Amino acid sequence: MSAPAESIAAPDDDLDGAQQQPWWAKLVGGSSIWIGLILVGLIAAFAIVEPSSFVSIANARNISTDAAILLVLATGQTFVIITAGIDLSVGSVLVFAGVMSAKAMDWVGGDGTGTIVVGLISALFFGGVWGWVNGFLIAKANITPLIVTLGTFGMALGAALVITGGIDEREIPYDLIDTVGTGRLFGEVPWLVVIALVVAALFGVLLAKTRFGRFTYAVGSNAEAARRAGIGVDRHLIKVYMVAGTLAGLAGWLSLARFGTTTIGGHSTDNLQSITAVVIGGTSLFGGIGSILGTVFGVFIPAVLQNGFVITGVQPFWQQIAVGAVLIAAVYLDQLRRSRNR
Amino acid sequence: MTAGERTPLLEARGVVKSFGRVRALRGANFTVFPGEVVALVGDNGAGKSTLVKTLAGVHSPDEGQLLVDGEPVDFNSPVDARAHGIEVVYQDLALAAELPPAANLYLGRELMRRGLLGKLGFIDDKAMKRAGDRSFHDLGVRIQDTNAAVAAMSGGQRQGVAVARAVMWADRVVFMDEPTAALGVVQTRNVLDLILRVRERGIAVVLISHNMPEVLEVADRVEVLRLGRRVARFERGNVTMEEIVGAMTGAIEHKENHA
Repeated sequence: MSAPAESIAAPDDDLDGAQQQPWWAKLVGGSSIWIGLILVGLIAAFAIVEPSSFVSIANARNISTDAAILLVLATGQTFVIITAGIDLSVGSVLVFAGVMSAKAMDWVGGDGTGTIVVGLISALFFGGVWGWVNGFLIAKANITPLIVTLGTFGMALGAALVITGGIDEREIPYDLIDTVGTGRLFGEVPWLVVIALVVAALFGVLLAKTRFGRFTYAVGSNAEAARRAGIGVDRHLIKVYMVAGTLAGLAGWLSLARFGTTTIGGHSTDNLQSITAVVIGGTSLFGGIGSILGTVFGVFIPAVLQNGFVITGVQPFWQQIAVGAVLIAAVYLDQLRRSRNR
Repeated sequence: MTAGERTPLLEARGVVKSFGRVRALRGANFTVFPGEVVALVGDNGAGKSTLVKTLAGVHSPDEGQLLVDGEPVDFNSPVDARAHGIEVVYQDLALAAELPPAANLYLGRELMRRGLLGKLGFIDDKAMKRAGDRSFHDLGVRIQDTNAAVAAMSGGQRQGVAVARAVMWADRVVFMDEPTAALGVVQTRNVLDLILRVRERGIAVVLISHNMPEVLEVADRVEVLRLGRRVARFERGNVTMEEIVGAMTGAIEHKENHA
């Protein structure tokens, strides 16, 4: 009854659909590939101009150490932007979580592993709390993410200033600075970099391979469709903002380890830097598209530019101009890709 | 008349649904029999969409009763309706355009990997793609590249993906809300063929449409809704386009006005 009837082919569906694309269109479409090529090209260019000082283990270490904390922030930001949201609060949450972590370690006292772990838990917890606040207001009160996180951007920094009286906390356990902050795996790879890459890898797998990741894409692509498919969209949004907040908390703890102080005044542009990295990495501000691998490239492009300009003797201010241009180009390519698909 | 002997698969009796002061449904009846294509027609504002959403569990009725296989049921959410094998292809298709077709077929009902990985939340994309490809093949939905995002596909192909999703999960009824409204001639032909193929599988199809030639071509029966009530039922072959339009507009009064 079924088999013979099914084998009758339906007439060709219209021919304007997905036909073979030229190779360059596929490259532009697979955004993390071309952005990876740009990164490789930059590294190659600086290596040719200044081979002796740019191409060295010490310099690679410098670049990646500078990029490590931003990578942790940008990993969370990637999840948020894939849901078609934005998190402007990450830098302030980093500061707040760092302050609460320092306070907790101060309160426990001592210099040992136990104290450091308490500091980590405190940082993750308070980061997660701000993430929950963001997610709750966005999902349940239906306030646009831009405004909610602009509000908590001010609130978290303000709260950190209130708690500290505006004076940086410098009582950071020396063991934390000595191990996580300046220590190296096998004497070569800074722990900061190892931690950041492990975080990026874990969350990259979470995004690409799990149901949590699939829901993240679905919510950003078409929230109404996700809702009708039985996905708890509100719950999922809250979880995504909690991921971003918790990772900002981790970044706060890493920042304590690296600088030995709470650096309250030093993170006002972290949000813009992380958004820039995510968008350069091919994640779409319209939601539904993006990858952690792209974000890794997006974090390293500004870092390589900064470092390369310093080493090649170009005024490092050019870095800001170059990064801005790359950002605009990345968004333009995203729009091209979308308009071709509509 | 002739349909009266069989037990309806899905039935709405005297459904009333108001939104504020607007009474969208005023004691509406609706019947679907197993394995048939029934067209639900009516002018704009007749209550078609509200009736579909009520039967799909999106709205709960203020009054009246829903029955599945003659048994009273309560649908409090779309999940309840789905548990009874009822699926809807919405007019906007409700696809996540940035995801590939297989991910859309299984949206919210992902196949998980076996064993520990599955427990950790890992999904089985390969199995979903295999099943999706098979489903598209069986339904005659032609998609060149099933790895590409739905956004890269034509309107007809997207409709095919949405229908395939509904058919994959429905074992009783698929509602299709204006499935051909946005399509060209060839694509419309494909969707109508698709409707008949769905019926061949023993799944009833409720076709909501404004297009009378289309309705007359594929529907076994026609039910007409006007001002929130069913005003007429026709069997295939016993009806002309004029009669249907007359019932829709109220120009022809039928005896079917019982509550």
